[in-house]
Amino acid sequence: MEDKAVLVIGGGVAGMQAAFDLAEAGIRVCLVERTLSVGGRMAQLDKTFPTNDCAICILAPKMMDCYRHENIEVLTLSEVTAIEGEIGSFKVKILRKSRFVDEDKCNGCGDCARVCPMGILNKFDMDLRVRSGAYIPFMQAVPLIYALDRDKCMRCGLCEVICGKDAIRYNQKPEIVERNVSAIIVAIGFDPLDPSGLTEYGYGKYDDVITALEFERLICAAGPTGGHVIRRDGKEVKRIAWIQCVGARDTRDNRPYCCSVCCMHATKEAILTKEHNPEAETFILYTDLRCFGKGFQEYVNRAEDDYGVKYIRGKPGEIKGKENKILEIFYSPSSDKVEKLEVDMVVLSTALIPSEGVEALAEILGTELDEYKFFKLKDPYNPTGTTRAGIFVAGYCQAPRDIPECIAHGSAAASRAMEVVLGGSYDRRA
Amino acid sequence: MTEELRIGVFICHCGINIGGVVDVPAVVEYASTLENVVYAERNLYTCSSEGLEAIKSAIHEHELNRVVVASCTPRTHEPLFRATCKEAGLNPYLFEFVNIRDQCSWVHMHEPEFATEKAKDLVRMGVAKAARLEPLEELTSDVIPSAVVIGAGISGMTAALSIAKNGFYVHLIEKGSEMGGLLRRLYKLYPTEELAKEFLEQRIKAVEEHERVELHLSSSIKDVEGYVGKFKVILDENGVEKSIDVGDIIVATGAKELEPEGLYEYDGEKVITQLQLEEKLRREDLNRNGIENVVMIQCAGARGEVVKYCSKICCMNAIKNAKLIKEANPDINVFIAHNELQAYGEEYELYYRDAKKAGVRFLRFPLEKRPKVRKSDGKLVVDVFHERLLMDIPLEADLVVLSTPLVQNPDAEKLSKMLKVPLGQDRFFFEAHVKLRPVDFATDGIFLCGTAQGPKDIEESISQGYAAASRATIPLAKGYVSSEAIISSVDEAICVGCGICESVCPYGAVEVVETEEGRRAKVTGVKCKGCGTCGSSCIKRAIKMQHYTDDQLIAQERTAFVTEREVVS
Repeated sequence: MEDKAVLVIGGGVAGMQAAFDLAEAGIRVCLVERTLSVGGRMAQLDKTFPTNDCAICILAPKMMDCYRHENIEVLTLSEVTAIEGEIGSFKVKILRKSRFVDEDKCNGCGDCARVCPMGILNKFDMDLRVRSGAYIPFMQAVPLIYALDRDKCMRCGLCEVICGKDAIRYNQKPEIVERNVSAIIVAIGFDPLDPSGLTEYGYGKYDDVITALEFERLICAAGPTGGHVIRRDGKEVKRIAWIQCVGARDTRDNRPYCCSVCCMHATKEAILTKEHNPEAETFILYTDLRCFGKGFQEYVNRAEDDYGVKYIRGKPGEIKGKENKILEIFYSPSSDKVEKLEVDMVVLSTALIPSEGVEALAEILGTELDEYKFFKLKDPYNPTGTTRAGIFVAGYCQAPRDIPECIAHGSAAASRAMEVVLGGSYDRRA
Repeated sequence: MTEELRIGVFICHCGINIGGVVDVPAVVEYASTLENVVYAERNLYTCSSEGLEAIKSAIHEHELNRVVVASCTPRTHEPLFRATCKEAGLNPYLFEFVNIRDQCSWVHMHEPEFATEKAKDLVRMGVAKAARLEPLEELTSDVIPSAVVIGAGISGMTAALSIAKNGFYVHLIEKGSEMGGLLRRLYKLYPTEELAKEFLEQRIKAVEEHERVELHLSSSIKDVEGYVGKFKVILDENGVEKSIDVGDIIVATGAKELEPEGLYEYDGEKVITQLQLEEKLRREDLNRNGIENVVMIQCAGARGEVVKYCSKICCMNAIKNAKLIKEANPDINVFIAHNELQAYGEEYELYYRDAKKAGVRFLRFPLEKRPKVRKSDGKLVVDVFHERLLMDIPLEADLVVLSTPLVQNPDAEKLSKMLKVPLGQDRFFFEAHVKLRPVDFATDGIFLCGTAQGPKDIEESISQGYAAASRATIPLAKGYVSSEAIISSVDEAICVGCGICESVCPYGAVEVVETEEGRRAKVTGVKCKGCGTCGSSCIKRAIKMQHYTDDQLIAQERTAFVTEREVVS
């Protein structure tokens, strides 16, 4: 790859947008993605607010466009391990982990997955479904190349026997590749907070207290239950409550910030629940309803007026399980009262926090993080500029933002990188 | 076309994905009996390098002039097979894809015999269409390597400067006599509390000093014609008409504050808007006038009162101004009456907490019972219905500040018609896709950013400014735009110029023009996306959708419903 290239770290919606814009402008891009597929968190969602577009249906063409682009080299299962140099001439080391499958030979037919005897929880499905040891994380994965889970593999050899393309490579070794680039864009997204530590919500203690991302998989037609919102015991959910700001706007773990998207995704999830089962009763327990984006207020109005979603202002203090799997939510609508809501499923809108490994990456890149581990801006009104010249940031890993904001931010970072590559006039001080 | 048709058919086993259900050898045998088919074979994986080589060598060996592949899905594999045909010297649009995996073997996996019959039907239909395929070419058109940015507020300035830094010439057009837009009317910015004036001065200087930005102040757009790569923008610059040729256009025309006429006793003196307050803060009026109590009312005119939407920035702007008042004079009581407080994101929540610490008092009212402003003994009183106490709290006020929403500029309608880009129900410019294309219009070569798209804060306006710059730089950097090969075309002999096609085209690609023969529809190839909407709406059947012509589709349908015996004989 020539000098005039750009490295994009993270193949979620922000990173893909940045890569695609640069590639379309004729700039070579190396897109490094840690998992097996591009797509990021958006690929895990069932629908998107406020239009209820099917997330993967609108995302999959973008994933293909990125992967197929002649100017984009997509390295999946890869991580940046070192960088040297400065704006205009970075040298990047990338660790390419092994898929144990020959990427050039595999055509994604899935025969290996069908014969593999292993059963392993699928992370993409939030551990709600079992996949095989030879797998792709989801049907529309890009690239459509299988991988072997060698940590769990017994090396029975069945996949090797069945594979008509002779693509299985049990002894494939990881490799380090080097790329020279002029600029770097970081777009590593977020992780949902594991709410187990917030014991008042009973996550992990009660079967039917789940997280919003788990709910997205449940209600997705391609998800583990085929889109049926059911309790762990298989019964249909009749009364369901969302609890907002779980671990967010909460100073206990130094997470005072608002995650910006949860009021709307809870609204969406409640609408979808009603669409699946108009008899279901849906409640959203919130502190401030944040419906500030384009069309959001109108969406909330529809949820209330057309779907009968009930919004309750009040922060739950405790959730208790009763017999028959009924969950009691105790909350306080005013300072001198405690009320009780009985439901059979609770969805926690957990905080969305900087991705695992963000500190290590920031150290490799030589960029600063802020107090909450989001990438720090050098100038707050220059929303893609990190503390290091030539390294730009896009998407949620800089601060909470929703999908269109992440996409705009991805394009914005691309323009900053274009300034370096096309314009050639840049300031080494960032 | 008098050339002899020589169709080659390649049936893929896809390992056991197709071959495990469909009797592939039987389908191959059947395919070879079809009219015009001179060659048929099967491959374990047609997409493998061996499979692709087999296609290429068969094209040469059997002089194939049409290729049909029956395999997985065109979604992932059509581009590959088209490219293979092209490599063998065949026009890539003489290729037809038949989907016998996703739409046959997978869905009928428990009925292998029926699946085999369906595969035969699908192949027969594909062959029928292939016989009528025509070679198509992708058109390319040059791009004038410069852009126009309409509006020199913060997002427009950002966009213009970034395009210039990307190496291209930019015309920045501003109807006012100065750059800066709505920011000119702000005192300080949240959350940094830096002076808007200083912030703007640096940025204005950077734009003015850039050699590739040409500024047109006191200028309005008179007309726009053309398409991506070749737009002609007619300006009235200080009374002088100018014509500018550019490759693409960014709309950054901003928004304005709603004037709350008739709401909350608004008078512009004692009951004012946030922007009017900014002016007072700048002049340090509040202390001089002995003001003791300030009450701010949120959502004044928003969220169902005048406009339906939430204006996103008013909560933070009110918090900022309230905090500034408290910091300048802690003795002034400042109340913010609000419904849902939009202190979203990372920093705003912290800023909101700071304002509370500074002594700003927050009162929440239900949206059904908004505050009322009344006069009592010559003094203003704001009755705020307290959501939890369930009663009106009367607040005496020396100054009432209404947080009114941003609304679209009145001249946006005219611009939207000139550019043929839509406004949404909220009257803001309507982007190509709410989720995936926030700064694009559906029409190629026209982009948008900032508050013209909807209310947003400075940081986000800047982010969108850069984003629009990126999108607009793409055609400029490429130097050309290529159109789809699969586009519509008009038979002028049949067209009566009714204009239905023009009204339904989502991309502004069809327009009715005057010709010597009268009014006729005309398709601009580079704008057309091949959606076929015009073709299906044409009452005279004058519009042909290439690659999906009536002739091709009807042949395909006809053969779907005849029996095997009839076809063979």
